Amino acid sequence: MFTAITHSQIYVLDQDEALDFYVGKLGLEVNTDADLGFMRWLTVNVPGHPERQILLERPGPPALSEETAEQVRGLLTKGAMGGHLIFSTDDCRKTYEHLRGLGVEFTEEPTERPYGIDCGLRDPFGNSIRFTQPRG
Amino acid sequence: MSRAAEESNRRMLRARDAMDRSYAQPLDVPSLARIAHVSEAHFTRTFRATFGETPHRYLQRRRVERAMFLLRETDRGVTDICFEVGFGSPGTFSRTFREIVGRSPREYRKEALPVAVPTCFAKAWMRPNG
Repeated sequence: MFTAITHSQIYVLDQDEALDFYVGKLGLEVNTDADLGFMRWLTVNVPGHPERQILLERPGPPALSEETAEQVRGLLTKGAMGGHLIFSTDDCRKTYEHLRGLGVEFTEEPTERPYGIDCGLRDPFGNSIRFTQPRG
Repeated sequence: MSRAAEESNRRMLRARDAMDRSYAQPLDVPSLARIAHVSEAHFTRTFRATFGETPHRYLQRRRVERAMFLLRETDRGVTDICFEVGFGSPGTFSRTFREIVGRSPREYRKEALPVAVPTCFAKAWMRPNG
């Protein structure tokens, strides 16, 4: 049967802006950035973990009709597209301070949970991102 | 959807995120409108058009959801919880809680069971309707 999750996908409004955020700020690394002609295949991964990639896909034609792409953009900017990413970190508070220093806007500061310390932010488009320091 | 509408959505989402984050603070329309970078008159109307309810109602549901969490997961007193989640008086708290949940805080506490999912999902999915 299945052995791993290799790719996940989220929608972004602008792939250059997504790179600035996911690579420039969050510190992920580019796995693949390929102009396929019909689309720009852009994936990132946690540094050192290329076995799991996130596809940063721009909604639009010809994959989606103009009308559907507009609906996706509307949902995305309302925070309703899903697109949740949850990362683990070995020091939630330190990571939080580091990213705040880079100007990242948080939706929730580090908080103790039954499963560890976690906090939340949004990417520039409305996707929800969290990172958790698992309980030791 | 125009780019202007997308920008408006993100502004309203930023204000809604502020309610999710700072629900216990005395958030009012002027402060939320400032977070969204729009006028007060524009804010309530646009928020409702974007998310289908007024910012006041959204904040009430967020506070009631957090009260439900504290009733479920802690031994804290009901009055204590009322102020903890941002209500100004026990009377308003009880009335709003019953209106939204259909039961009193004490009745809810007796029947509730703990849940084991990440808190961000519990906060979104266990928030009462209404």
